[in-house]
Amino acid sequence: MEIKEKENAPTNIVGKPLNRVDGPAKVTGAARYSAEVPLAGTVYGVLKTSAIAKGRIKSIDTSRAEKEPGVLHIFTYQNLPKPAKTPQQVEKWRAAQSYLPMQDDRVQYAGEPVVLVVADTLERATQAAELVQVSYQAELPIDSYLDPKAELFDPQTIQSGKQPGHTERGNPQAAYAGAPVKLDATYVHAINHHNPMEPAATLAVWEGNDRLTVYETTQNITGSQTALLDVLGLPRDQVRVVTHYLGGGFGCKGSVWPHTLITALAARAVGRPLKVVLTRKQMFTGVGHREDQEQNLKLGATTDGKLLALVHTKKATTSPWDNYTESNSKVINMLYACPSFGATYELARANVMTSVWMRAPGEAPGSFALESSMDDLAHQLNIDPLEIRLRNYADHDYSNDKPWSSKSLKQCYARGAELFGWDKRNPTPGQTRRGRLLVGHGMGTATYPVHSAQGTARVRLFADGHAVVQSGATDLGTGTYTVMTQVSADALGLPPDKIRFELGDTRLPTAPGSGGSQAAGTVASAIMEAAQDVWAKVVKMAVADKKSPLYKAKPADVKVELGRMFLAKKPAKGETLVAALARSGQTDIEGSASGKYGAGYEKQYFEAADSDDKKGGNPNQEKPGEKQGQGHSMHSFGAHFCEVEVDPELGTIRVTRWVGVHGVGTVLNLKTATSQLMGGAIFGIGSALMEETFRDPTYARYTNSDLASYHVPVNADIPDMTIEFVPETDPYINALGVKGIGEIGIVGVAAAVANAVFNATGRRMRSLPMTPDKMLEALRLPA
Amino acid sequence: MNNFSYIQADKAKDATAAKRDDKSAAFIAGGTTLLDLMKLSVENHDQLIDVNMLPFRGIESTKDGLRIGALERMSDVAAHPLVARQFPMVAESLLLAASAQLRNMASIGGNVLQRTRCGYFRDTAFPCNKRNPGSGCPALTGDNRNLAILGTSDACIATSYPGDLSVALIALDAVLTLENAKGKQRQVPLTKFYLLPGSTPQRETVLEPDELIVAVTIPQTEMARRSKYLKVRDRASYAYALVSAAVGLEVQGGTIKAARVALGGVGAQPWRCFEAEKALVGQPATEATFRAAAEVALRGAKPREHNAFKVEMAQNTLVRALSEVAAA
Repeated sequence: MEIKEKENAPTNIVGKPLNRVDGPAKVTGAARYSAEVPLAGTVYGVLKTSAIAKGRIKSIDTSRAEKEPGVLHIFTYQNLPKPAKTPQQVEKWRAAQSYLPMQDDRVQYAGEPVVLVVADTLERATQAAELVQVSYQAELPIDSYLDPKAELFDPQTIQSGKQPGHTERGNPQAAYAGAPVKLDATYVHAINHHNPMEPAATLAVWEGNDRLTVYETTQNITGSQTALLDVLGLPRDQVRVVTHYLGGGFGCKGSVWPHTLITALAARAVGRPLKVVLTRKQMFTGVGHREDQEQNLKLGATTDGKLLALVHTKKATTSPWDNYTESNSKVINMLYACPSFGATYELARANVMTSVWMRAPGEAPGSFALESSMDDLAHQLNIDPLEIRLRNYADHDYSNDKPWSSKSLKQCYARGAELFGWDKRNPTPGQTRRGRLLVGHGMGTATYPVHSAQGTARVRLFADGHAVVQSGATDLGTGTYTVMTQVSADALGLPPDKIRFELGDTRLPTAPGSGGSQAAGTVASAIMEAAQDVWAKVVKMAVADKKSPLYKAKPADVKVELGRMFLAKKPAKGETLVAALARSGQTDIEGSASGKYGAGYEKQYFEAADSDDKKGGNPNQEKPGEKQGQGHSMHSFGAHFCEVEVDPELGTIRVTRWVGVHGVGTVLNLKTATSQLMGGAIFGIGSALMEETFRDPTYARYTNSDLASYHVPVNADIPDMTIEFVPETDPYINALGVKGIGEIGIVGVAAAVANAVFNATGRRMRSLPMTPDKMLEALRLPA
Repeated sequence: MNNFSYIQADKAKDATAAKRDDKSAAFIAGGTTLLDLMKLSVENHDQLIDVNMLPFRGIESTKDGLRIGALERMSDVAAHPLVARQFPMVAESLLLAASAQLRNMASIGGNVLQRTRCGYFRDTAFPCNKRNPGSGCPALTGDNRNLAILGTSDACIATSYPGDLSVALIALDAVLTLENAKGKQRQVPLTKFYLLPGSTPQRETVLEPDELIVAVTIPQTEMARRSKYLKVRDRASYAYALVSAAVGLEVQGGTIKAARVALGGVGAQPWRCFEAEKALVGQPATEATFRAAAEVALRGAKPREHNAFKVEMAQNTLVRALSEVAAA
């Protein structure tokens, strides 16, 4: 297969800052979020969660609650219908947490569901839940890896088996020991919670005993469907999951959590549509978190700043059942030209729920350690921080010895430095003042991998000149509806308002979830492929139609661009897809196809190139000497530049300027993409400066589970930001050359802020968040 | 949250009588604290008495000072020209508090009665001597970063009033007018309104169960006019104070004639610093004086594991606020 999609990629609307197509529906309230779907006869479930973190339920007294008006059911571990299989019995359980509460009298974390009260109104269910009396036999819980009772262990694999727990490349220990310049630093990351605006919700409705529809707040409808059918013991076609709109997720809606499974089990017994919405407080113990962790990074370098060794170890808290921890080491392994690398993980089981991926899991905290240490190295050797990164610029991926599919990091550095005025930075810390405030400039590198994914789309072109395009993707609120409308419009040569893009329903063709920054590239590619299926069918009709200008042409000689078919050698001769379709008398024509993202796409491309005549963008021809089939390492890259003001007496740190420049392949919509990268940076500033959930060491229970005391940035914390993209073409990653942008924006942000703080104060902040108390403490110590 | 009934009172007497007759009732004005605590089941009232129809309105100059009706909203008071001109620290304390939406709802009387943000108080799964007397205080060894270092006891280290306005009011010798079910009014200076936790942290103010706050009156002084409220917090807006300082100075020829100093975020109640005021009066308005006064203000502080930073931060905040007022 040639990369004709790329050559033909229409540029009329793709890339333009089209306003969100779902905007009017959202601002008028016409958009129904999962908890807002109106179903006749809906009843309301309220969860009562555990008051202790470890122990046993001694008794549950439901007598008062049962007498309340409107109460229909009260479920406890004693009467909740049993699942066909618990998650732990499912062979390949893909969700983060494998423990399903309400199966017995044990309690293993604070905030675990223990009672589900169902009533005819939310208020009555709430009141009745209040009246259920649960008494516990409490045991002393373990609160974290820092708990003296905790035992650190080597998990061998992490992310519940999906990632290796050990990595070694070269001889890192020896290389570090022999390095003329050595840095050894430990970095601490607080517990973070995703806190999307929209709380998690499940609305489950059964038809009979064996057909279930769930209106769910999920980033991954197929993942939710799989988990539900595994637990319920149903075939795939009997569980339908629908998510038309999401109010953010950041990863916490990418897995399946107990409340969803419990609601589905309970709804069958209730016999009516059952809705459960987590409260904000329950969101802190219901949908995972970024785990508390510390990283040690040993960095060995030459005296001119070239890396010789990176040795990374991480300690973190995990749950009693799952070896989940973010894989911080991957980014440290691949970002620079470092000849040796080693990584190990140590986990400790504590009475907490399983933590889960949160925006750039691994890359975000991993880059904090790496990019802070690189700044240390630059300072120690009196080399500019940007220069030290250029000296260690990786011309290929050292972690797997593969060439990059594309990399525009040098351009990002250069453009970012220019926009920021990096050359005016004072390299000596603590020298720049603005009134009472200390001013500092810092930078950090961003990167995020192109994971491998595939998905399917269906395109139905109507003879009246509109189209319905479908794919079972989700829209986190970041713009899937909009960018896929743009891709479809260009693929069919129709204006965007003639496209209806539908997503969020497992009845639609299967697509990957919105996670790992893979949805946009995959679904866009699938739409392009499906549109080509339509093209081929219409071309076939046209060449057989006496009234068509293309009558008797060979289909192979016909090209299609922006919805118009024409002879490649005589472009004037042709007509639109819609014109040919209208003449045929058919009302519509349908095409479908799957699209690949990342390594899978490249593999397909290689195989096709082998069987073809190897013309076009065969990577072997473009890069002679490359091993056939070896493939590329695929990443997006970017650079952050940041200015902070530090109040040396009060300890407050404010970000006052921000420049982010990224190379992310084809940008599908300049406006939504800019918002994504800006949002990523703001998310990172939150984790850098204020986001922290405190778990009480005695009770293993959170003490600040609300949005007044769990601080996320407000407008006043964020300056005007400059976000730019450098032009980048990548033929290897998917049909449109799209790299995901959901996560790269946060990577390197915390380090950029910490590096700016160092430049402002001469103090190295290695514990996130960098709250005023920590800043004051650092300032009290000599620089 | 439990079920409750709701009545609207047209007259103060109806409201106070209803409250007298129902020990479990609560007055509701803006509801910005009360509804949160009820949703958390920290407060469980079977009846809410809406006092918003009562005539406790108006912002006016009187012979005793500026009189603000208890039902005036934070945003209206902050924007009032008299407040902004004559009592800058009051206007600042209001504008630096909460969010615009909350300030539009929250009443002045309710603000004075805000309750602590201590995470243990706000979660019924934890022991808490304030919520459940005698059950214990996990904050002593737990998450005490936002809690008090002055005026605490072994029973409670909460910043019982976590907000901003009362810090300014207590600095300026504001007086509350209270009215009970008999229709009788009394005046209570804010300095005598709040109670230290001692062994009874559940008792937070001298307000009787049937009493309503009618108004707050702030004496008009040079120190009120030349004043500042400085707030230090984890983010730039919508956060409770880690530390705040309300200061007012009267300076003549470089010498401090009179001073008003109060701290927020550090005391078991809004913390008036009488000793620090004494340390300022008669001294030159210099940073050295301010630094000495700040040390006096924090004397006797009892820091814990996570809030030890507040000593230095409060001192620095006080010095900064005094310096800025002196320079203004």
